[in-house]
Amino acid sequence: MVIPGDSAMALLKDELMELGSSADIVRVRQQVRACALELGFGLVDQTKIVTAASELARNTVDYGGGGTVRLQALNDGPRRGLRLIFEDSGPGITNIEMALKDGYTTGGGLGLGLGGARRLVNDFTIQSQVGQGTRVEVTKWK
Amino acid sequence: MDRIPILRMGEFLLVTIQVDMHDRLAVALQDDLTERISQTGAHGVLIDISSLEVVDSFIGRMLANIAAMSRILDASTVVVGMQPAVAITLVELGLSLEGVKTALNVEKGMELLRTSLNGHPGGLGHGPAKR
Repeated sequence: MVIPGDSAMALLKDELMELGSSADIVRVRQQVRACALELGFGLVDQTKIVTAASELARNTVDYGGGGTVRLQALNDGPRRGLRLIFEDSGPGITNIEMALKDGYTTGGGLGLGLGGARRLVNDFTIQSQVGQGTRVEVTKWK
Repeated sequence: MDRIPILRMGEFLLVTIQVDMHDRLAVALQDDLTERISQTGAHGVLIDISSLEVVDSFIGRMLANIAAMSRILDASTVVVGMQPAVAITLVELGLSLEGVKTALNVEKGMELLRTSLNGHPGGLGHGPAKR
């Protein structure tokens, strides 16, 4: 399967998971670990992408009111990657720049989730519309 | 709901986290441990996380909370056995676990707890004699 508009990149795997509870966060961690292992990621990179997935999944559950995550294993010529797309239709983020700052939180957390997750991956994009929801896409390349 | 077992060994409480904890389980452990410290009057808590493959900000905060709460309840906490990949990831995530004592393994952790107990007026300690 080839991703439209990205002719060179092949999709090795594409899986959608529900995110509704803290048990789902554990399941996502396990699934991301298995996928990273399959792609041949080293232990540190596995741990980084699983940790990022855990932070973002918790955001989806706690702030987004639940949603989904899509796991994609990518083959882009010489490199392989693991892409995670988190989507919710929650309240959205008013100020993304603030939300990415360490220590900023509107909930009871540490405020490390978004900014921390960004540091643990290679590509990071976030889109959010107040009242519509939030979409975070991250990719870790091997 | 599942619970993580807390073992008592003399003056110390021992916890080995062997499952991938969901958030509520982590919160339950925090509550159970503070309860047990106050029940038993334990002066030390050792938490073995060598089987944990992921410590995210939530679990990190739980460890820091346990250390802070036990300190207020007159007990020291040592977290032992963190995997190197977990340590690297935690620092990059931005979590330095300030105020949490760590040791490489259970043996070194017990040593650290005993040392801190020796300096403790109410402890079993055979520390330096007071003159």
